[in-house]
Amino acid sequence: MNTLSNNTDFLLSIENLTVSFDGFKAVDDLNLYVDENEIHVIIGPNGAGKTTVLDLICGRTKASDGSIKFHNKELTAMREHEIVREGVGRKFQNPSIYEDLTVFENLELSFPRGRSVWGALTFQRDTDVTTRVKEIAEMVFLDTLLDKQAALLSHGQKQWLEIGMLLIQDPELLMLDEPVAGMSVSERKQTAKLLNEITKGRSVMVVEHDMKFVEDIAHRVTVLHQGKILSEGSMAKVQADPKVIDVYLGH
Amino acid sequence: MTSIKSFMSRQELIGILVIAALLFVVMPLAMDIFRLNLFGKYLTYAFIAVGLVLCWGKCGILSLGQGVFFGLGGYCMAMYLKLEASTPEATAIQSTPGIPDFMDWNQITALPWFWVPFNSLTFTLAAIIIVPAIFAFIIGTAMFKRRVGGVYFAIITQAIAAILTILIIGQQGYTGGVNGITDLRTLKGWDIRTDEAKYILYYVNGALLIGVLLLSQIVLKSKLGRLLVAVRDQEDRVRFSGYDVSNIKIFVFCFAAVLSAIGGAMFTLQVGFMSPSFVGIVPSIEMVIFCAVGGRLSIFGAVYGTLLVNWAKTTFSETFPELWLFGLGALFIAVVLIFPNGLSGLYRSYVAPLVDRIVSVRPRTGRPDAPPPAAGFGAKTTTKPAE
Amino acid sequence: MFADYTWTELGSIFAMQGFAGLILFSVFVLMALGLAIIFGQMGVINMAHGEFMILGAYVTYLCSNFVEAYFPSLFGVYFFFAMALAFVAAGSLGALVEWSLIRHLYKRPLDTLLATWGLSLILQQAYRSIFGAREVGVSLPNWLLGSVPLTDIIEIPINGIFVMVLTFVIAIGVYFILFRSRMGMQTRAVVQNRVMAGAVGINTQKVDRNTFALGCGIAGIAGSAFTMIGSTGPTAGQLYIVDTFLIVVFGGAASLLGTIASSFAISQAQSTMEFFLSGSMAKVLTLLTVVGILMIRPQGLFSLKIRR
Repeated sequence: MNTLSNNTDFLLSIENLTVSFDGFKAVDDLNLYVDENEIHVIIGPNGAGKTTVLDLICGRTKASDGSIKFHNKELTAMREHEIVREGVGRKFQNPSIYEDLTVFENLELSFPRGRSVWGALTFQRDTDVTTRVKEIAEMVFLDTLLDKQAALLSHGQKQWLEIGMLLIQDPELLMLDEPVAGMSVSERKQTAKLLNEITKGRSVMVVEHDMKFVEDIAHRVTVLHQGKILSEGSMAKVQADPKVIDVYLGH
Repeated sequence: MTSIKSFMSRQELIGILVIAALLFVVMPLAMDIFRLNLFGKYLTYAFIAVGLVLCWGKCGILSLGQGVFFGLGGYCMAMYLKLEASTPEATAIQSTPGIPDFMDWNQITALPWFWVPFNSLTFTLAAIIIVPAIFAFIIGTAMFKRRVGGVYFAIITQAIAAILTILIIGQQGYTGGVNGITDLRTLKGWDIRTDEAKYILYYVNGALLIGVLLLSQIVLKSKLGRLLVAVRDQEDRVRFSGYDVSNIKIFVFCFAAVLSAIGGAMFTLQVGFMSPSFVGIVPSIEMVIFCAVGGRLSIFGAVYGTLLVNWAKTTFSETFPELWLFGLGALFIAVVLIFPNGLSGLYRSYVAPLVDRIVSVRPRTGRPDAPPPAAGFGAKTTTKPAE
Repeated sequence: MFADYTWTELGSIFAMQGFAGLILFSVFVLMALGLAIIFGQMGVINMAHGEFMILGAYVTYLCSNFVEAYFPSLFGVYFFFAMALAFVAAGSLGALVEWSLIRHLYKRPLDTLLATWGLSLILQQAYRSIFGAREVGVSLPNWLLGSVPLTDIIEIPINGIFVMVLTFVIAIGVYFILFRSRMGMQTRAVVQNRVMAGAVGINTQKVDRNTFALGCGIAGIAGSAFTMIGSTGPTAGQLYIVDTFLIVVFGGAASLLGTIASSFAISQAQSTMEFFLSGSMAKVLTLLTVVGILMIRPQGLFSLKIRR
């Protein structure tokens, strides 16, 4: 990979990214690029640093060294909510939704308006909001459950709700950490369909273990191992790579 | 009517009307002025409890330093009243006439600079709001911007309560020391010690409390109110939805601080003194129990909780002083282990469905913020205690 | 403020205050060690910790009276029985409290704080009902009385030295229990990964109970040592609880060394300032400094950067 390339070509360019926890390098001198409209999947064995990479991009973990540029803007110095406002959305591994609130309220809170204290105090639930919430709810198969308390949803529905909460922010880069973990087969199929639909017009980074699912969605795959890139390219290329088979797929 | 409905459910409207009726009609008719004044004193603690509902119950920030803000409000008021009571004529026997008596006893010969502005009532009223707000803002900014929360925040606020108490007691020349600021008499020449004044102050206090309840209701019913709960349950999700979580926390902490300070100022006016015994660790943590007994999620419950605990305290500590501490200790344990939602939780499980059936003509629709209707899931599943 | 003293006097003052600070340091360390185990290892805030300490003090008081009345010949060494008994009493009460109260609240640290505060009120009132509101003191055996003259100005009381030695021994003991014994290994395993520890056959509930009991037992010993240098009242424990919590937080909750270092810093700062300022201002300044530093460095003095 040519690190001297003009990185404005990419939506997201990660260069020489390193983070260490007490000397242990969870991510080690990583270079990774995401194109516009690309679905980029990161795979790798446990502890390879996949989730840490997502954490670093969205500002949850601070990098020890290196840079993360989004639209050519440096993200490493920004705080989480500023990164979100730049257009980066993040879904967590375990569904993180507001269980005490209804589906409608969950989506409404994620609607990108009234994000200051005063804005939240004076926020009005106008037709813009309700239309958008309904639109998104339909997309994530929850349109009939708007008044249901989120705690009462099934595990798969919670995952979808969280995806919906990201979609309503209309991010340019969507990061999903194991979006189909714990889902039933039919829910998986629905989710794959959903992802194919929502990725139109935006880039998506996915961390996933389910190889079948990865094959279905990925444009490009990066294999991480011990914080470094082991292999990169199309799914077919990666699957054929002997190094990958050795540390990961072969088992 | 639609505007009321947008920020108050039927249950909540009933709640506030019942409290108003209790404060303005029932209690004044049922009690003599001595008891009513005592009741008014309890009501000043309710301001703190309402603030704690927003800060602790809804947003999950446990402050063990609310006495600090109660004290700041109370001391601001007391400083003004003390200066008014310390005219050169009234203090002619002192070696330095015209300064508060305790300063004279401590060989202070001139009014300290920070006392001077408290000659003005306008300044004092502004200070009652602004001083605690700034103080809370500083603490909140320092802590929440660095993501200090949970038990660490609780311990630090407790330490601040301890520091302020030691400071007040130690600097008795400037603060009146352990006795506090006593012997307060008039407000702009109006004697606050007469029965008539006590009635008026009681009503002012009640009206302020209703105002604070309405204000809190507006906050809770806005998107900010839902954000508070969201921050408590899924702080990271709120952050990754593009909100600056620390600002939300700072706001609610300052809001609770200002409410406490209003209570403190009204306390000084009604009771006629202010002392460090309302500032320190022990009173501050007792204030949390007022809120917990009422139900940490309900601003109305907080009012009843405050009244109940204080009534019990007065009754028991008059007759069985030994039992009271056992009782209070048991109360702390009970509201945590057995009734985490306090009185309002009990009310919602048992009484609210009845009230609903009586007052409502048509069946309720699934309103998002109301307790769920009886069908399917009981009230038990809706609320879980803040962690 | 230094102008009124000569250099030798100043030196002696610092030495004496330093020594007074060392005694305070010992009390802080003894109390903070128990807290650091419970808070640092389990994340539980035990507001009744001071009352466990006072329990140890009352046990020592009872022992001293009992031995003085019935076995005066053993009076010289009663203190060692008393200490063991204090450990057992406070530890058993701790196990009981863990079983009845704490184990229901592991996921709700703020609620634990309130519940243990309630417990502290109950214990205080119980002490008041049983032993009376007045402070009680124990009589010391002869070998603990008197002092060692160091220079003509500086004298060091023997009971102070004894408490310091005791603190040292207990600190070493705690270190060995936590970092060199099987029990400590299990405790740390449970702290780091409860589910996994359970899966490899550690009885996590038992470990929790033992850890809590150990922390309380050490508080009992602290109370026992406390009787050597001061008298005991029902509310004496509450006086120290906020200081000790600050010490533990200041030192970095999970670090034993941090706890000791911060005890040292805080006690020395306080006792040195106490000579020149009034006692209350010394305490205000010390606490303010600690709170100020914690606001700048919330993770405390000694802490690890961990992977979330």
